[in-house]
Amino acid sequence: MSAAPPRKGENWELRQQLNSEYRDKRADAIKRVIANHTIGKDCSGLFPDVVKNMQTDDLEQKKLVYLYLMNYAKTQPELVILAVNTFVKDTADSNPLVRALAIRTMSVLRAEKILDYLASPLSRCLKDENPYVRKTAALCVAKVFDLKPELCVEYGFIETLRDLIGDGNPMVVANAVAALGDIHEASLALPPSNPSSPNGESPPPSSRPSSQLFIIDQPTLTKLLVALNECSEWGRIAILNTLARYKAQDVAESEHICERVMPQFQHINAAVVLGAVKVIMIHMRNVQREDLLRSLSRKMAPPLVTLISSAPEVQWVALRNINLLLQKRPDILANEMRVFFCKYNDPPYVKVEKLEIMVRLASERNVDTLLGELKEYASEVDVEFVRKAVLAIGQAAIKIETAAERCVGVLMDLIETRVSYVVQEAVIVMKDIFRKYPHSYEGIIPALCANLDELDEPEAKASLIWIIGEYAEKIDNADELLTVFLEAFKEESYPVQLQTLTAIVKLFLKKPDQSQAIVQRVLQAATKDCDSPDVRDRAYIYWRLLSSDPAAAKSVVLSVRPPISLPQTTVVPAILEELLGEISSLASVYHKPAATFIGKGRLGAEEMQRRAVDQTRPEEEVSREKALQTVVAGQQAENLLDFDDEPSAPTEAGAISSQAIASAAKSSNPLDELMDLFSSASMAAPTTQPVQSTGMSGSMADLMSPMNGSGTRSGVVSPTVAAPPPQQQLNGAEDDLLGLF
Amino acid sequence: MISAFFIFNQKGEVLISRLFRTDLKRSISDVFRIQVISNPDVRSPIITLGSTSFFHVKINNVYVVGVTKCNASAALVFEFLYRFITISRAYFGKLDEESVKNNFVLIYELLDEILDFGYPQNSEIDTLKMYITTESIKSEMAVREDSSKITIQATGATSWRRSDVKYRKNEAFVDVIETVNLLMSKEGAVLRADVDGQILMRAYLSGTPECKFGLNDKLVLQKRGDTGPKSEDAVELDDCQFHQCVRLGKFDTDRSISFIPPDGEFELMRYRSTSNINLPFRLQTHVTEPTKSRVEYTIHLRASFDAKLNANNVVVRIPTPLNTTKVESKTGAGKAKYHPGENFIIWKIPRIQGQQEYTLTAEADLAQTTHRQAWSRPPIELDFSVVMFTASGLLVRFLKVFEKSGYQSVKWVRYLSKANGSYQIRF
Repeated sequence: MSAAPPRKGENWELRQQLNSEYRDKRADAIKRVIANHTIGKDCSGLFPDVVKNMQTDDLEQKKLVYLYLMNYAKTQPELVILAVNTFVKDTADSNPLVRALAIRTMSVLRAEKILDYLASPLSRCLKDENPYVRKTAALCVAKVFDLKPELCVEYGFIETLRDLIGDGNPMVVANAVAALGDIHEASLALPPSNPSSPNGESPPPSSRPSSQLFIIDQPTLTKLLVALNECSEWGRIAILNTLARYKAQDVAESEHICERVMPQFQHINAAVVLGAVKVIMIHMRNVQREDLLRSLSRKMAPPLVTLISSAPEVQWVALRNINLLLQKRPDILANEMRVFFCKYNDPPYVKVEKLEIMVRLASERNVDTLLGELKEYASEVDVEFVRKAVLAIGQAAIKIETAAERCVGVLMDLIETRVSYVVQEAVIVMKDIFRKYPHSYEGIIPALCANLDELDEPEAKASLIWIIGEYAEKIDNADELLTVFLEAFKEESYPVQLQTLTAIVKLFLKKPDQSQAIVQRVLQAATKDCDSPDVRDRAYIYWRLLSSDPAAAKSVVLSVRPPISLPQTTVVPAILEELLGEISSLASVYHKPAATFIGKGRLGAEEMQRRAVDQTRPEEEVSREKALQTVVAGQQAENLLDFDDEPSAPTEAGAISSQAIASAAKSSNPLDELMDLFSSASMAAPTTQPVQSTGMSGSMADLMSPMNGSGTRSGVVSPTVAAPPPQQQLNGAEDDLLGLF
Repeated sequence: MISAFFIFNQKGEVLISRLFRTDLKRSISDVFRIQVISNPDVRSPIITLGSTSFFHVKINNVYVVGVTKCNASAALVFEFLYRFITISRAYFGKLDEESVKNNFVLIYELLDEILDFGYPQNSEIDTLKMYITTESIKSEMAVREDSSKITIQATGATSWRRSDVKYRKNEAFVDVIETVNLLMSKEGAVLRADVDGQILMRAYLSGTPECKFGLNDKLVLQKRGDTGPKSEDAVELDDCQFHQCVRLGKFDTDRSISFIPPDGEFELMRYRSTSNINLPFRLQTHVTEPTKSRVEYTIHLRASFDAKLNANNVVVRIPTPLNTTKVESKTGAGKAKYHPGENFIIWKIPRIQGQQEYTLTAEADLAQTTHRQAWSRPPIELDFSVVMFTASGLLVRFLKVFEKSGYQSVKWVRYLSKANGSYQIRF
């Protein structure tokens, strides 16, 4: 500092004030420094001057100086040493608040130099007579572990923490548990590459940081269950998180845990309630007793419903979790659909979630009420929500066969409103209903066709064209309608082109005499004027099929497709189980395993190893592992874009914002998946599968590849391959896949 | 674990920034500003970018934001953010840009106390107020003397109560406040009617009083329909939740509500009831659109509670089409006014006696539009507060106070049913 900084400017002024002889002037200056820091000005130059004010009797001023130190210690590691003396002195102050404050601050300074001085005050504070100091010190161990794990081991802090679980004060217990949990997490993330280095430094090899830092045994469990009822709400959450990790020894113990945790359902804090739900969902897996299972399910419902009247953000978290819970236990809220009715002034993200849950809860008993509501929502103004409401009507129709007719009635009412986006969505939904109930509602096709001019979205157009093609024999003017689309063939988007092509071929196969010309035109147009390889390829395939073996063409193009159904789950069962063990966490909100968005590469080899070590049900674990890996692989691009230390390029980072969630939910929604299939490749599946049928290995990927069809498979078609009815074969091989539909 | 805590104003300027863990840098606040505040498309309260998740709550003109880099408990983060808002209110009234700027030192002090290494600590307002004071100059000696006691209390088994509370007159006030949620269809069918109840208590009781609280309800948590004929006045509560002072274990075994109350005001319990809701108001609507440029309203409002009771501040918000140009209304009571900015006719009646009935007729003239879409008709909303009336029928049967010294205490109970945007009638 001897370089004589300019004797003017704000920092110079502040420096003068910080060194003022008047106490209130100094106090004021510190406040200004903090204010400057908050708005992002660099105040590191004032370090020595601020530190001078550290020794004070004024607790508030001390706190501010400490706050300054926390922010700037890292930038001035050489100067931090100036503060050490005061820190160490403060940790022995007679005032427990000061002791706690000092140890709390000292442990977050992140300077190597300080750490060496920290060890002995910390071990003193961990055994302080005052619980407030102890509970603060307990968390400090986790902070130190974060900086220098060896230190914790060397001084036996972790053992001390374990002892603190038996402390008489519930708050201390809670913080000790939280700290141990934190250390446990951190030790999992430690690179296992150098196990020898801590081993070499610290004499007792048994105490080196390992993944077994926090073992929960039965005595610990007993202590935790006692503390659960006594400590603060936040402490309860920490304890519940730990209980979720505990592996029960036998059924009786699982039952015991469930019974002891159940009263927490009545807590006012939503995080405690969801934490309790999590613990119970985990330990319920072992419970055999029917009456207990029933009582657990029954008691879980009311608190979940109550969460729906909390603040919108909390509500949303609860709704996402309820959605997950319902996939596992659809019965828990069977009678509660009304509470999920959307309020007019609910935020959009809450409304969309409520819709999904309403469809999940739909049954024959409540479908009329549901339809009434959905119809009401369809007249609201928020376009996205309205579309989802219309989609929900279709989902209800597919889910409940007896109600399908009423659903179709409602959809027809909506189409009559002639509001463009409602009509378009309704047409898309109708296509799905035709997929589920072929030949049931042909009477409404004219009404749909009447809206031909209204449609301007590719998906809606493609859907309507598909319907026309599918029922070409029933529609007298099908050729006229399709000609309309053929006129504009070149301007249409690829999905519409594909659909037009297929529909016209269907029409030709059904009414060969009157559509010879039009099929010729479409094949010409698709092969000559179209720049999408997909469209071209498909046109070639059709052309050859039609010219070489019309019978084969018929069996391929007009084969009977399996009806679609609404699945119980939107995530793979293995992942569902994983997510249910993480209720209330981000993972459960996103319905994605944590590894997909935390992305520290934790799900690498070591994680696998760890899982392999403590797995109890091998085959289940393995399948979960596989599922997880698949998901992770799909997310890797995103993780690559992590802006960890690179705030300059944050905008590029892959965002899982609401849109992404929506699309995730969308892609996991089978109906939409179906639509995606339609839109990306239209009816490619049944038509192109024969091409691949020899190499069909039965995996999803194989099925997808011809659909995405970026490769050029032109010319490989030989009609003989297509001879066996491919759908039948598929039905057997692709059970899993079709199950998804 | 919450790695960082920020408060932003609407322009995205940082008002408060505090890092709690080392996995983040301060500049992360820029990411939030760019990705959330200046991005109008954001609809979700949680945004994850890379592996960093931002949780935000928008209140008044500020964003209160928690940031984490791990798979944190989402419910916990939001609960904490809302707790912070409650604490701020208790300390400086309203949480907005101005108050944050004026109280930033206090906010840093509070944050230091309620969040440590990302784990929420004691957040009981009553206890916090003992050692984080707004008047900055306080005798240091006094602080030193107290602090042992304070810290014991802040961590103790009854962290919410000091042991040395003394009152000359021992009183307890109980307020039962019910928010009535109603959704009525066009046809007048009740789609949804339930009550979110709150029992607020103000306890001015000396020593360490042990309280027992009873309601006219066997707290049938599970609807056991077969337990014989229920007494006439019993209320069925679907669910209840308690302040942390209530012994949950005891409630679970014998359904008794026993607790040592915090000193002063607190929320003892929340409950929910869905059966036999007495709707305090009935609304009959007749809305027609005789021509494309005109809407006619006839609205009957009937107070269906006891004639001895009164409802205060009744407000009926009647939506009008967006292209309304002029509204003429006539009413027998209160005032009705068209608010073009909000597209509502707002009908205010300061006071309604039970069993009375009022009618509003109005005509709205509409501008010609080329717009084809029909008017979506948002529901009519009704706000009110009815004193000494509970829509669920809940009554406080007793509140017993036991204290070592055996003093007598006076208890007061008030009831209030209200609606605030939650009473909706479609038309």
